[in-house]
Amino acid sequence: MLVKFLRSPRLDRLLETLMPLLAALSALIVGAVVLVLLDVNPIDAYKALYEGAFGTKNAFAETLVKATPLLLVGIGICISFRAGVINIGGEGQMVIGALMGTALALQLPDAPSIVIIPLSLFVGFIGGALWGALAGALKAYFNVNEILSTVMLNQIAIYTMNYLLNNTLIDPSQAQLASRIPQTARLSRATDLPRLWMPTRLHLGVVIAVVLAVLAYILLWRTTLGYRIRAVGKNPRASRYAGINVKRYIILSLLLSGGFAGLAGITQVLGVSHRMITDGSASGFTGSAGFNGIVAALFGKLHPIGAVPASILFGALLVGANQLQRTTQVPSAFVTTLNGIVLLFVVGSEIWTRRRARRRVTVTSSEATPPARQTSVEAEPAK
Amino acid sequence: MISDLFTASVLIGIAGSGIRLATPYLYAAIGETFGQRSGVYNLGVEGVMLMGAFSAYWATYETGNSLLMGVLVAMLVGLLMGLLTAFINVTLKAEQGISGIGIFMFGLGLSELLYQIAFEGERVPIKAFSRINIPLLSDIPVIGEIFFQQNLLVYIAFALVPAAWFVINRTTFGLQIRAVGQNPEAADAMGINVTRVRYTTVMLGGMLAAVAGASLSIAQLNVFQQNMTAGQGFIAVALVYFGSWRPFGVMAGALLFSTVNALQLWVRTKGIDIPAEYASMAPYLLTILALVFASRRVDQPAALGKVFERGG
Repeated sequence: MLVKFLRSPRLDRLLETLMPLLAALSALIVGAVVLVLLDVNPIDAYKALYEGAFGTKNAFAETLVKATPLLLVGIGICISFRAGVINIGGEGQMVIGALMGTALALQLPDAPSIVIIPLSLFVGFIGGALWGALAGALKAYFNVNEILSTVMLNQIAIYTMNYLLNNTLIDPSQAQLASRIPQTARLSRATDLPRLWMPTRLHLGVVIAVVLAVLAYILLWRTTLGYRIRAVGKNPRASRYAGINVKRYIILSLLLSGGFAGLAGITQVLGVSHRMITDGSASGFTGSAGFNGIVAALFGKLHPIGAVPASILFGALLVGANQLQRTTQVPSAFVTTLNGIVLLFVVGSEIWTRRRARRRVTVTSSEATPPARQTSVEAEPAK
Repeated sequence: MISDLFTASVLIGIAGSGIRLATPYLYAAIGETFGQRSGVYNLGVEGVMLMGAFSAYWATYETGNSLLMGVLVAMLVGLLMGLLTAFINVTLKAEQGISGIGIFMFGLGLSELLYQIAFEGERVPIKAFSRINIPLLSDIPVIGEIFFQQNLLVYIAFALVPAAWFVINRTTFGLQIRAVGQNPEAADAMGINVTRVRYTTVMLGGMLAAVAGASLSIAQLNVFQQNMTAGQGFIAVALVYFGSWRPFGVMAGALLFSTVNALQLWVRTKGIDIPAEYASMAPYLLTILALVFASRRVDQPAALGKVFERGG
């Protein structure tokens, strides 16, 4: 009886719709267990988390500020994962994009906002795009697993950043001091992204990110280019027979994906920090947005529009974590753990989505629908 | 200054620390070899290593510096992390590249969280594994200094290589692992329990990855640090490709990497006019290069990363 209920298509459909919420809920429950084990009242903790993220105007603005890089990285992740390419290199791509955009802005201290902001953003995009395309080319031409190459490129990007901020790009006034803090000079005021909601730090980046999410949706579902990207992801072999240059689309998807991450990096500089500074690690600059963006994208069902609320949710977790630490002494690493659990629940729960897709195929194929649809649904996950 | 490199004592020092630094790679990559030979790709090694590093350090500290307890607790934690990985990858049939990132983030966050809570950010050093000089052998000039003056975890790591080779190539269980990794449908038809084999290899891999982490926190160093693995778990996964899924190949790769690592550490301490950051990049650049060349091999287990559906 129970088994029959668990296998019913109706339950599957219900589960699929509610899946992200169920995954989040389950993660919160697991998180609550962790909190109880740490001798912390989970209700107090989650209340602090919520208050910290949405309690005040400033808190809400900070949530959106934190959500911005998550969304930008997440948009890129949607594109690359749809092409069947697993880009784990968001951290490195953010760093390289930010470095290139910052270097340009430092070179042009007198340029007016209307020139320097778009130019820096563009160069930041290009920086991340090149870093991503490198992994794409390695995959396309040398069959190098992109998960591993992007992780390695992350590390290389960190050391590049540390080198440049300690040497070439160091703030001239810091270079004189004994402390030599590895940071650039403050960029000219003209590069500051306009603030949207004084006195909070909410900046134009959030609008840019949402607009780009819509554009990415149009790209993926309303253009030939996007169709081909998705086709390559669904079934590379069939795509090749259909005359699609699979290698080119693998590189392109990583190029776009990296570009969005690069944009996330430079947006952080122009909108929030106004200079680059390193503590030696990547997360010191990115706040792990390169990883958390993956979680946000998957949570949004790899749909750029779905990534918008998902990013706000995970931005809220990041901001709320500070309040959590202040009021309940739970270290903010709790949120990294929670994000990991959410990700596991999201990928773990896809079994139901796939099961349902398969059942749909069985039903429709018996009604003699064209076989083309079968291949597109039944295609093995590209990997 | 670079000419300093070619003195006997420096070369012996680098070779010796190369052997020592190979330890975490060996444990993690041999463990990953078992998983991948059975067709499961576990990218979460890094997270498991971090959990192992923390739990070994914590248990050692709590038991009044019992290193044995440290390793045993790490192994237990590794088994549990392996069980979690296996449940998600085998039972829930998740996309393995992505679930690995989840395991990584989970381990990264949880190890730091527990460390912050248990030690409140204080660095409390423990007494780490000390060097064991093997009688007679350690007295051999050069060879003795390089190979036979290491700590216990180093010796076990190298002993693991022939053991893994033997299990994979000369036992029934090894045959089952290979069958499941090459053709799970055929293995299933032959009566091999695909799920059980994969659970076993992934849990074994988790256990070894945790020991790899322990070898960092209670043998190479004597403290835990947040994210102390710094990508070594991911390199270990790459080493499995580089060693084309064979224990001795993996060992060759681990030694190559650890020697480069030892060399770059030496360069950094010497203050040679190569910037320290460039030296630090070397292992990661080498990984990418290694993958470029490894990719030409055709030895990859045919069912690696693919979901097995019974009767499908």
